[in-house]
Amino acid sequence: MPPPAADLERLKAELTAEIAAAGDADAIEKIRVAALGRKGTVTELMKTLGALSPDERRVRGALLNALKDEIAALLEARSAGLADRALDARLASESVDVTLPPRPERIGRIHPVSQTMDEVIAILGDIGFAVAEGPDIEDDWYNFTALNIPPDHPARQEHDTFYLPGERESPGGRARMVLRTHTSPVQIRTMMRAKPPLRIIVPGRTYRCDSDATHSPMFHQVEGLAIDETTHMGHLKGCLIEFCRAYFGIEDLPVRFRASYFPFTEPSAEVDIGCTRVGGEFRIGHGDDWLEILGCGMVNPRVLKNCGIDPARYQGFAFGLGLERIAMLKYGIPDLRTFYESDLRWLRHYGFAALAQPGLTGGLNP
Amino acid sequence: MKLTLAWLKEHLETSAPLEEIAATLTRIGLEVESVADPAQAFKDFVVARIDTAAPHPNADRLKVCTVNTGKETLQVVCGAANARAGLVGVFAPAGSFVPGTAVHLKKTAIRGVESNGMMLSERELGLSETHEGIVELASAPPLGSPAADALGLADPVIEIAVTPNRGDCLGVRGIARDLAAAGRGRLKPLASKPVPGAYRSPIGVKLEFDYSALNACPYFVGRHIRGLKNGESPDWLKARLNAIGLRPISALVDITNFVTCDLARPLHVFDAAKIAGAIRARLARAGETLAALNGKTYVLDGEMTVIADDRSALGLGGVVGGESSGATLATTEVFVESAWFDPVRTAATGRKLEILSDARYRFERGVDPAFVKDGIEIATRLILDLCGGEPSEIVVAGAEPSWRRTLALRPERVRTLAGLDLAPAETEKILTSLGFQIAREGKTFAVVPPSWRPDIFGEACLVEEIARIHGYDKIPTVPLPRASYLPMPALNESQRRRGTARRALAGRGLVEAVTLSFLSSSHATLFGGGQESLRLVNPISADLDTMRPSLLPNLIAAAARNAARGLADAALFEVGPRYEGSGPEDQSFVAAGVRAGSFAERSWAAPARPVDVFDAKADALGLLALLDVPVPRLQILKPAPACFHPGRSGVLALGPKTPFAAFGEIDPRVLKAMDAKGPMVGFEVFLDAIPPAKEGRGGARSILKLSPFQPVSRDFAFVVDESVAAESLVRAALGADKTLIVGAVVFDVFAGEGLPAGKKSVAIGVTLQPAERTLTEAEIEAVAGKIVAEVGRATGAVLRT
Repeated sequence: MPPPAADLERLKAELTAEIAAAGDADAIEKIRVAALGRKGTVTELMKTLGALSPDERRVRGALLNALKDEIAALLEARSAGLADRALDARLASESVDVTLPPRPERIGRIHPVSQTMDEVIAILGDIGFAVAEGPDIEDDWYNFTALNIPPDHPARQEHDTFYLPGERESPGGRARMVLRTHTSPVQIRTMMRAKPPLRIIVPGRTYRCDSDATHSPMFHQVEGLAIDETTHMGHLKGCLIEFCRAYFGIEDLPVRFRASYFPFTEPSAEVDIGCTRVGGEFRIGHGDDWLEILGCGMVNPRVLKNCGIDPARYQGFAFGLGLERIAMLKYGIPDLRTFYESDLRWLRHYGFAALAQPGLTGGLNP
Repeated sequence: MKLTLAWLKEHLETSAPLEEIAATLTRIGLEVESVADPAQAFKDFVVARIDTAAPHPNADRLKVCTVNTGKETLQVVCGAANARAGLVGVFAPAGSFVPGTAVHLKKTAIRGVESNGMMLSERELGLSETHEGIVELASAPPLGSPAADALGLADPVIEIAVTPNRGDCLGVRGIARDLAAAGRGRLKPLASKPVPGAYRSPIGVKLEFDYSALNACPYFVGRHIRGLKNGESPDWLKARLNAIGLRPISALVDITNFVTCDLARPLHVFDAAKIAGAIRARLARAGETLAALNGKTYVLDGEMTVIADDRSALGLGGVVGGESSGATLATTEVFVESAWFDPVRTAATGRKLEILSDARYRFERGVDPAFVKDGIEIATRLILDLCGGEPSEIVVAGAEPSWRRTLALRPERVRTLAGLDLAPAETEKILTSLGFQIAREGKTFAVVPPSWRPDIFGEACLVEEIARIHGYDKIPTVPLPRASYLPMPALNESQRRRGTARRALAGRGLVEAVTLSFLSSSHATLFGGGQESLRLVNPISADLDTMRPSLLPNLIAAAARNAARGLADAALFEVGPRYEGSGPEDQSFVAAGVRAGSFAERSWAAPARPVDVFDAKADALGLLALLDVPVPRLQILKPAPACFHPGRSGVLALGPKTPFAAFGEIDPRVLKAMDAKGPMVGFEVFLDAIPPAKEGRGGARSILKLSPFQPVSRDFAFVVDESVAAESLVRAALGADKTLIVGAVVFDVFAGEGLPAGKKSVAIGVTLQPAERTLTEAEIEAVAGKIVAEVGRATGAVLRT
């Protein structure tokens, strides 16, 4: 048996040192060719195996193969290391100032009126009210007469009605064109079209020719109407208390019903919620003060009759509330007129995120 | 409607405190708007007398007084010129707050002399600007008694918002009656015994109406009083009127005002010496004029009721009296009128002539038809008391208008309508206390409403009376049962679309605005509107006189206003109605938006890019895609509405008839007319024009087949006439092989260098998607050939070489 191949050990040591010293991919390749290439030192040693005896050949062959594998692995590792270093260097040279702002994007907002409308619909929709709508340009039969406000009724004067030229044929005869002063004409349109049971809410634009610090010539109302054979004032109270508490997110919000008058309801009520006013600070919730929030009542039998619904059989309630008013209260918006000025600073401040869709599952209070 | 607590107590016997009275009024439908208690501010002040007044040792103008407050004698330094021994005035002790000067008084030393409070002037009390000296109380109230009483200011003033149905509560007595019914005291009886007449009235009364106008004034009672002396009213009457904001004028006038506010019974007093012949009520003659007591002269028409003598109109019945026959301080004989005027006619007259008077306010809400005679008797007594004189017998024309009607009330309706479980006896008690007469007819009540309640016309009204007096707070709250246990959508498709549009556009970076439905007619005209039928008859201002034909003008104006505030790059949208006519079908919902200035703010990464037509197109298409419109099938039609730049705008539609959207750069002429700066682009998506999604499959989609084979892309550069739309090349390419070609995009467009004049280069990338096997090069070449041929055939384009 020949002694362990000292020459191979030496060669391995030489090549290992060379590989470790190689500084780039070219140097690695040169070492590979010089050692493992067709004329490489290890390859040449392989060629000498044929001259050996079978026993010697087996032993030396195994050693040579091991050397070849080791050298190949060393080359591979060195090559990967070098590549990594080169990449590190490149990445280092590519760094940017990440404190710079990203490319600008525009951020949209949802108007408080739309958001509030969605909130109201989410609450009342859950109790089974469907949204109904009607035109902003009405005639005075739908807007007044059918709602038990005859032409000379003093309540008509309180409505500050906008008129449009001309008249049209309406179910009650010739009628003047008006901008609706409330969403109540949609009650009439709905009841003339569909038979009870009915549960609708009517959000929409309304108009009164009045403009000062607390009035805008256009504002929004939400009307509600529930007609069937058994709904009474206890249900009206239940429905509106639930609404007020859900809307303001105050589970035990005090809600008070007091007598009032609307020509289209009988009995009629106004609804107050509890609040405090201390030293100019206003807060909804508990307290010794009350704030009027909406009007309501049992639908006047005359109104039902005007719509062809038998008041001996059907009854129900109606309510109406000012959307801006409840938005102002909930979101602390001080001035009604600012709603329509489209001031971007205002819209960004009081507006809502595009995806903040109110719902009963996700909550009503973004 | 204003009244004072003491006035209320003339009719209501009550021990209820003011707060409780106010709370009850609000609860039963007589909403208290305010309670002003002047005594509150004066609660620390007492009546006191200056016993001695000596010169101040260290100051010429000051005096050192000893003040007797009834309880003690204090040293007070006073600067008033009228401070003297014996003066009885108002003393503010140390520790009190002086409202007129907003000072908290402290025990102090003034120029070295101790002072324990202050004798007050009217200005210091906050009563007037008078600061001549300290208040001198003429009568001799007890020392130490509340100053508010001595000043006649102890009576709190309650202001009530009376709803239009409650004419009876436009008098203090009506309010007292409701309070009594609600358990806050007892209604005192009202004395209105007839006053015996001493002679026949020299002035007669006639009603001169045609049959059609008999109701204008069906009942007129009058009385002549002679030998009286008009003058200043006594203090109690002046104080009553002053407290509710009415200026005392003379006893005769004050009496009519008092009865109006006390009993909701308007009256009129004529100076009998100025009446020629008989008094009659009749319709005015067209063109007849009246110089009214308010100093204005009115031209009347034949629909108005006048009170006239043989010569001319003396007053408008139920609205306003005439100047010529009004009572003056020289008046010695009067003719008193108590009549009943038709509410409708009175309201119409008042509205036409724009006269707001206490009389009109009451007559149009309904004056008690059974109280006409009582009114004149009560007024007569007051006149005799305050002015003396001798009354005639009363003269009467017409008869009390019928008011008696019987309504059926099923007591269980209180439960089934108001949700209130009340014993029939309780129901009966409430109605009786309000003056209703009740007869039981089996299980039903036959109810006669009192003469002063013309607003009660049916069972529901009676239920309301019972519920409001018993208290709405006592109605048990019942949850409204869910209509269905399956959740049903509250929104229909049109409404849901509007919600989608809002959230989608806000997601695209636009800020939602809500703008008014009206604008100026000149702006409306720029956007195809402004027709006569949409012009408001009574706009609040000329720049808000027309219903908007489009949402764009208000958004453009809003963007311009923001630019004026330094926010030039506005991106605004609105979802709301536009009006193309006055019928219900002429109103439709639109989602519209504008972008102004730069698309995005200035940045290190890219220069600010001015907005252009493709930004507006992207907004419109982005929204349409979310509304389930098949966007690839949309065509671009021209021309777009005139508000847009004619060369940089378009209309998006599926067919030639119904445009779904319009977009473009706003025409610079429009911007100039609106005083807005460009560039500005806008779009409108006509939400109601988009057909509803097909129903029937419950949301199921068609089967999706995915190909396992690689798609292939090929690019083509065409040269084509500049006027040819890029889209037509794309459509032609897509049409060249409908099974293999799944997409085509324009990725380069240029004209100029290297191209003949009038030509442009359009480069299209086409994607082929084989479904059954990988395409061979020959097959790809064959499709490419078809594309070149088809695009060439359709548009005249040739491959660039």
